Amino acid sequence: MLDFQLIADSLPLYGSGVLVTFKLLVIALVLGLTLAIPLALLRVSRAPWLNGPAWLYTYVIRGTPMLVQLFLIYYGLAQFEAVRESVLWPYFSSATFCACLAFAINTSAYSAEILSGSLKATPHGEIEAARAVGMSRFTLYRRILLPSALRRALPQYSNEVIMMLHTTSLASIVTLIDITGAARTVSSRYYMPFEAFITAGLFYLVLTFILVRLFKLAEGRWLAHLAPRKN
Amino acid sequence: MLHGYGSTILEGAWLTLSLALTSMTLAIALGLVGAAFRLSPLKWLALLGEGYATVIRGIPDLVLILLIFYGGQDLVNRVAPLLGHDQYIDINPFIAGVCTMGFIFGAYLSETFRGAFMAIAKGQAEAGAAYGMSRMQVFWRILVPQMIRFAIPGFTNNWLVLTKATALISVVGLQDMMFKAKNAADATREPFTFFLAVAALYLLLTTVSLLALRLLEKRYSVGARLAEL
Repeated sequence: MLDFQLIADSLPLYGSGVLVTFKLLVIALVLGLTLAIPLALLRVSRAPWLNGPAWLYTYVIRGTPMLVQLFLIYYGLAQFEAVRESVLWPYFSSATFCACLAFAINTSAYSAEILSGSLKATPHGEIEAARAVGMSRFTLYRRILLPSALRRALPQYSNEVIMMLHTTSLASIVTLIDITGAARTVSSRYYMPFEAFITAGLFYLVLTFILVRLFKLAEGRWLAHLAPRKN
Repeated sequence: MLHGYGSTILEGAWLTLSLALTSMTLAIALGLVGAAFRLSPLKWLALLGEGYATVIRGIPDLVLILLIFYGGQDLVNRVAPLLGHDQYIDINPFIAGVCTMGFIFGAYLSETFRGAFMAIAKGQAEAGAAYGMSRMQVFWRILVPQMIRFAIPGFTNNWLVLTKATALISVVGLQDMMFKAKNAADATREPFTFFLAVAALYLLLTTVSLLALRLLEKRYSVGARLAEL
């Protein structure tokens, strides 16, 4: 009843889909984390005029669906003539650019919350020790707070990365041919949705397992000092 | 400002809310069953529960929605003739949406519920037994109320993710607020206005949910001593 011959013939399409998914994921994560670090620093600030806007940003992004954010950027911005006539229009009319931007904004909010939680959980003694040896605020952040917080955020961040992998599937809604896009193409070309989407699911499952494994290795490397002692 | 589309979008919002609530009910049921499987001493049941949670959580919601909606419809129509049913069967998008969302979030909730059950101190059930309570009494009077307390933070998180994920059901044609906004945006050529309005409605929904669930958490944490930091 199930026919996987046509799926086997479409494997090259899925293969190029994997590359698109991977590209979207890497760009979104790199941009997102770059945005998340300053945002997290604002979030841990005690000054309300620094903390407030950063809180509002993460709250609004985390409180609305990814699909709405993607549509606001991809379809929404074209409503404004200023955008259509600006030098940036070639970028904003590209689905790849809009998808990367929307994903980066989304993951920046979640990552900033993870990172600010991790910063706040820094053991007090570490900060006191840094102050005692006369570190400036900047040196304290650069040498003590950020490296330690980034390491401790690793387990939670791995969840965020897997969430992001799954989120990239939304790119298929704005015409990109990622893994899901490939499945949709195969599904409509041969009218065999079940086989097409099951195959896409398997690809995501394998990618998810690879990411989980990689993060386990990363935790072994950077969080070894926090692991429970063996025997 | 919304060119008279305000009321259709609100109708869509009502559908979004009922979809989210109905799916959550199904997800809670499936989550409890999944958690019971995973905590079961029977090896194959535990493995089955484990498999359900791992596979569903490893695949994007959108792919599962497309798989269940299109793939499910396809499969039903391939199987039905074998059972002597000749008409083409059209699956209602609302029912398909509820089943899909319930099935997906059941997997996430099984993880939450399992963690919550395991967080209850062993001595609690033993104390119940020592008072002469039957196993059912221990379960309903001792374990369940405490499990709810431990499960609320994870539940809150899942509920928020689920409400937002319902937007994806619009992709398969359910006329929720996202679908209505897309239609209005296409008709008026003012996409930003309509998607912003829908974003505001989702934000309202998540904010109200957060406040309500925080109250619930307070109610169930009466008598729990918090670590003082």
